[in-house]
Amino acid sequence: MGIYSCLGKNLQEVKESLYQGKSGIVFDQDRKEFGYRSALTGGIEIPNLKKLLSRRERISMGEETQFAYVSTLEALKNANIDLSFLEKNEVGIIYGNDSTAKSVIESIDIVRNKKDTTLVGSGAIFKSMNSTVTMNLSTIFKLRGINLTVSAACASGSHSVGLGFHLIKSGMQEIIICGGAQEVNKFAMGSFDGLGVFASDTLPPAEACKPFDKNRSGLVPSGGGATLILESYESAVKRGATILGEVIGYGFSSNGDHISSPNMDGPARAMKNALKQAAISAADIDYINAHATSTPIGDKMEARAIHDTFKDCSPYVSSTKSMTGHECWMAGASEIVYSMLMMEHSFIAPNINLEETDEDSAKLNLVKETIDKKIDVFLSNSFGFGGTNSAIIIKKNT
Amino acid sequence: MDKETIIVKINDFLVDEFEAEMDDLVPDANLKETLELDSLDFVDLVVAVESEFGVKLVAEDFVGVETLDNFYHLIDVKLN
Repeated sequence: MGIYSCLGKNLQEVKESLYQGKSGIVFDQDRKEFGYRSALTGGIEIPNLKKLLSRRERISMGEETQFAYVSTLEALKNANIDLSFLEKNEVGIIYGNDSTAKSVIESIDIVRNKKDTTLVGSGAIFKSMNSTVTMNLSTIFKLRGINLTVSAACASGSHSVGLGFHLIKSGMQEIIICGGAQEVNKFAMGSFDGLGVFASDTLPPAEACKPFDKNRSGLVPSGGGATLILESYESAVKRGATILGEVIGYGFSSNGDHISSPNMDGPARAMKNALKQAAISAADIDYINAHATSTPIGDKMEARAIHDTFKDCSPYVSSTKSMTGHECWMAGASEIVYSMLMMEHSFIAPNINLEETDEDSAKLNLVKETIDKKIDVFLSNSFGFGGTNSAIIIKKNT
Repeated sequence: MDKETIIVKINDFLVDEFEAEMDDLVPDANLKETLELDSLDFVDLVVAVESEFGVKLVAEDFVGVETLDNFYHLIDVKLN
């Protein structure tokens, strides 16, 4: 695994932040002046890749790819996979991404200003396409297997893991780099802010995101890169790789409903499908990493869906978005990484800023403060615009 | 702009933006073989020249331009 988020630049830093319940949300004055109604964001430094990559490689990479590159570098190192291995074996990539707003806008501005398309430079096309992460990483890491971007709104990262799981399960691939990336800039999220769903209660920033709280005022955008190396059990054992966990269930569904308003049925079916595929009962789930973004309608529908699926089993539930904000296209992958860290180090990270539950969230076993607890099986929810839902179940390797 | 200034400016952006080694920037250096510029890099040369000299090059301008000296000469002709 590898991670680059507002909670830290690597697994160790992120694990500490999760355990301490530390928020990565900051106020961005530039965003306010640009016209945002809510100027909060995950605070993330753009990585300096000058010493790691050539100019040719760097100029084709936008923000989201830079984040994904750093997290993938960490993941490959931890998986004991080097460039020589990648050149000799058929390793694939399935990565979630659903925008390249900054790259598109900056290049179009140049054309408007200079009246000459060539002056956008050679990297613009490769930074502007939605598949920018996979086209860049597959080139840099010399990948020779499946090469595919998953665009499924805020469930992109989760579906990438689910699809990778199926390709390996079917025997078509042995190793796939899965994950999600999300650009963090004022161009990327302006239209989302315009819907009026971002947190209106912005000060102090660390307390603005309150999933499942009665007094929540909206979500906070964020981003970064999160990578997981999926591998067949046989291949991992043969290589002597450290196996962190086993993907045992991938449930998906579409709401067949409104473009932005969620419902209860779609998410509930995704979770039930995941449980069915994993061939386990609801009582076997120790922890649910909720999608809950801190919007009233989204949290309410997910709370009802969880209660409908798990009834009196009462697994622990928390939304790490209370600390990270909504990492959108990356969230499905990053939240699996966060949950994997909890499983590896036997704790459950808190749903910070939760003071008062409402009628629906009161039915859940919400974790308000860090709990030291062994996790054997967890479920991670991710839902997106258009009603796309994904639920992944992962079991600890024993 | 005199040719010496043109050469200095071109060498500067080749080092700063294209990560060329100063030692390789000799007049008979082949752009493709010595400086390892590929077809995409030539697009970025057009961008750098427009930014540095205010001159817009097109593909036809590069016909016959093989060495760094040819490139210096091209810009000299365009400017003067």
